[in-house]
This record gives sequence, C-alpha cells and structure tokens, in this order.
Amino acid sequence: MRPPTAGRMRTVTVVGASLAGLYAARELRAQGFDGRLVVVGAEPHQPYDRPPLSKGFLTGACDEGQLALSEAEERAELDAEWMLGTRARALDARGRTVVLDDGRALASDGVVIATGASARRLRGPALTGVHTLRTLDDARALRAELVHGPRRVVIVGAGFIGAETASSCVTLGHDVTVVEAAPLPLAATLGAEMASVCAGLHARGGARLVAGVGVAGLRGTARRTSEGTELHGTARGTPEGAELHGTSPNTSAPHASSSGGAVTAVELSDGRLLPADVVVVGIGAAPRTGWLAGSPLALDDGVLCDDGCVTTLPQVVAVGDVARVGGLRAEHWTSATEQPRVAVRNLLAGRTVEAARPLPYFWSDQYGSRLQFAGRRREGDTVRIVEGSPDALGEGGFLAVYEHRGRRTAVLALDRARPFMKARRGLMAAAEDRAGEYGEYARDAAREPARM
Amino acid sequence: MIPVCRLEDLPAGESVRLDTTPPVAVFNADGELFAIDDTCSHQDASLSQGWLEGCLVECPLHAASFDLRTGRPTCLPARRPVRTHQVYVEDGVVHVRLATAEEGSAA
Repeated sequence: MRPPTAGRMRTVTVVGASLAGLYAARELRAQGFDGRLVVVGAEPHQPYDRPPLSKGFLTGACDEGQLALSEAEERAELDAEWMLGTRARALDARGRTVVLDDGRALASDGVVIATGASARRLRGPALTGVHTLRTLDDARALRAELVHGPRRVVIVGAGFIGAETASSCVTLGHDVTVVEAAPLPLAATLGAEMASVCAGLHARGGARLVAGVGVAGLRGTARRTSEGTELHGTARGTPEGAELHGTSPNTSAPHASSSGGAVTAVELSDGRLLPADVVVVGIGAAPRTGWLAGSPLALDDGVLCDDGCVTTLPQVVAVGDVARVGGLRAEHWTSATEQPRVAVRNLLAGRTVEAARPLPYFWSDQYGSRLQFAGRRREGDTVRIVEGSPDALGEGGFLAVYEHRGRRTAVLALDRARPFMKARRGLMAAAEDRAGEYGEYARDAAREPARM
Repeated sequence: MIPVCRLEDLPAGESVRLDTTPPVAVFNADGELFAIDDTCSHQDASLSQGWLEGCLVECPLHAASFDLRTGRPTCLPARRPVRTHQVYVEDGVVHVRLATAEEGSAA
C-alpha cells in the first residue's frame, strides 16, 4: 500500500548520485513516490560501482561500461532529473531547500543525503604521481600512470584500498611497496590473529610490506617558482583532516592542479627513503558533511541518524558512507544498498517505522584471494579456524569464526565462499532472533563504534 | 556434450563447477538438474558456490539471485541474465550440452 505521505511529498531531492543515492531513487519509485525526483551528483558521471576501481578496472580486466549501475532504459523509468557535475552547497535551516553550488535552490519536501565520503590525503604541496583512489576520475588518472611499463609504486596505507591497489599494481608488473603506520594492517578490523594471517598475503603476492612505520613526507623533483628559485616539494605525513570530523573535500587542492614537481620518494618516519615514481595514498575516507555545516542536522563523523536512517529532521534521511545509523557508520557496499529501502520507507511515512540493522559485511580481493567478513567482532573475541588452514594461504583458504562467550559474533573467510555464505546467514538469523528477544541488546550492539 | 560427474556424486542441494570457457555451474535443485554460466553477471563470483534455495541461486559475493530455469536475475545487483545450458543424465552420468552464444539467454 502506498504510504499516506507519499502523495503529500511533491519533490524529493537525493543528494549524491552514488550507489546509495541510486538505490534510494529506485526505492522512492518502488514505494510509490510519484512526484518530482531530483538527483544531485558532484561527479559528472552517472552512478557507477566503486569496488572494481581498485581491482579489475585498474588492471584492465573490466572497462568503464561495466561499472555502470543503471542503463538508460532504467533511468528513463525512474523519471528523475539528474543534476550531475553539480555540488550541493547547503541545506537550509528547515531542511526544505537544497542549495547548489551554482546558486540554484531546490525546494524539497523530502531529502535523502547520500554524499558519501572523500579520500583523505597527505598534507603538503601537490606532486604529480601522487594519487588517491576513490572516484572514477581518480582511477582513470592512476591507471594512466600504470600502463607505461614497470614503475616503482609505493602505497601508503595497508587497508583494503591499499592492499587491493597494491595487488593490482603487482598484477601489472610494477615494483610495489606498501607502507603501514600500524604494526599490523587491518588489526582493528580483523583482530591481531587474523590480521597477521592476511598481512602474509602481501609477501605471497609479491609486494613488500613495511609496517609499524609512518610516513614523514613525500619528496619531489625541484620545481621552479615564479621568483625563479628552486624548491623541493615535500608533504608532511599526517592525514589531512584526521583530527577534524566532516572535513570538506574542498580543503585540499586536487592533485590535478599540482604546482609542485613530480614525486620521487616517500620518506619514512625512521628516516628511510623509498624511491617512488607513483604513490597511492590509501589512508581512509572522511564523510562528506562539510556542505551541511549550516544545517540543523547533527554531525559527528557522519550525519547522525536513528536506527532507521532518519536524521534530526523527519523529512531528511541519510544513507551510505555519510550516514551514522544507530551509532554505526559503515563504509560498506552492502550498507549502501540495504539502507535505502528502510530510509525511504521512513521518509515517506514521516517517522521511523522500521530500523535498518544490516549485519556488517565486506569483501576484498587481494593477490588472487578473496577475503570475506561478516558480523560485529569485538575486542577480546576468540578466533577459531573451522575449515582449512591459515598456514596454507592460497591453497584452499580457510574459514574462521569469532566468538564471545561461546556465541558467534563474526566470520572471516579466505577463498571459502560457500561455507562463508552459510555462516553469514547463520549470523543474520541469530541477529534477527536476538533483535526480537532483546531489542535493546541489538540496538546497543549496533552502537559500537565503527571499525572501518 | 560434456560429462560432468556421476549422478550420485551430485546429490540434492549440491553444485559442481565445470572449467569450461566460460565456466559452467551445474546444480541439483531438489532432484532437478540445472546448468547455467558460473560467473555472476554482476561481478566476478562463482555461482556454483552460491546459496541454493528451490530453483534460485544466490551469488556468494553480493547476494544477486538467479532463476536456474531461465537464467534471469530475480533481484539486484544483477541486471543481466546468465546463460542456461541443457543437462541430461546418460548411463548414470550427468552431461551438459553448452548453449551457443545465441542460445541459452533469456534476454
């Protein structure tokens, strides 16, 4: 049945032509909204899928056409107005008007915020050869540098983006070093035991992993200033905006407008110098909330929402990487596809009538192996290998379960898709049971801080 | 015609992957045999490792679901069908007859 308010909403604006934004637009139509639907996107592209950017798109195994999330036919059916290459600049005090960077104002009865997150960068002058990998344009620029024969590639950050990019660079025949400030990559996500196993993938795959040492700065070739003096480009190793929440992507100059020279090396905090022709910075992403600074929405590492993706204003919902739902902000593909149904339902209902509690799930393809993780691991959980062996990386993989007082909290698989799927379903069913029996418990569990 | 395995080696609820180009997945869905292209039409994942429920198989990577009878996706993120192939049993051995490029597509 059509929600009672669906007819009262004449215009809904989705800010963010992203995976989450597109899914929200689909849900709006699927749930009976037949008014004016506007989708605003900062990038000039139709919605595309980001996960392949660090994998098949970089290696050339898949092309841009395969990244498209919708075809012209579906978009015609959606009957939405696409304002692409257009940034939202502000949301007014009542949450009724979205102001665009060209000054236009979109009066809206409902707003879906899906502005995602932007890659953190290193501070310092921009140097050519230094990349982040978040958008299609980022991936195009990086790919263009990787197709001219072997290069010395240094990846800063051994999280999933870093590891996948390193793996793709190895596939392309480059000399790859991965630098990670933490003693063990992914320890916060997988726990020390399993993180230690996964760290072994780098060496097995043919990349060097340098862990437990930070980046002091980037070295670049001399550049000539307008006064004619020569300067050396250096960049300090602190992630820009790391101490600030909701850093606006506008605070750092895009690499393309580089006025410095070309990167030549990465200087580590222990003084070592890693020669580099290409540097990829994979040190996380900050939610894009800068444009909401003057709005009444509560912002704290994302747009604060209740369990149902509803913000402090009932006619404004948030989904995907930018949304902190019930205390948890998960930069997961699956969250971006699962939250919109609930968010739109609540938006059209005018209040929270359903909670979105997807079981966290993510995957990563590295060095020919597929890693999958689902659940909510907590500090102190015990890990048990239930299938295969972590000693034989790449030879059949393994399935590991995390347990807290005998109860399964999460599951990790390496090249064990089938048993993983079964285990993931078991976790989902258990979470639903507990949500039914102990609603408060499930909500508390969901309020644990985000780990990714 | 490609021999797959003996029928008793593919009990109900099980699946097997053929290393053809492209690879093919053969399923025993509650006694009925089906064969479809193994690679999910959305992204690189093996449907033979998916979750079988009735005549539907759910992709182990992003939970796209396909109807084994038609190859059509029943939900996102897949939007394109996978090809279907003929399966038959001869002398207790499961065989697959691969569809040509034009055949087997429900689209």
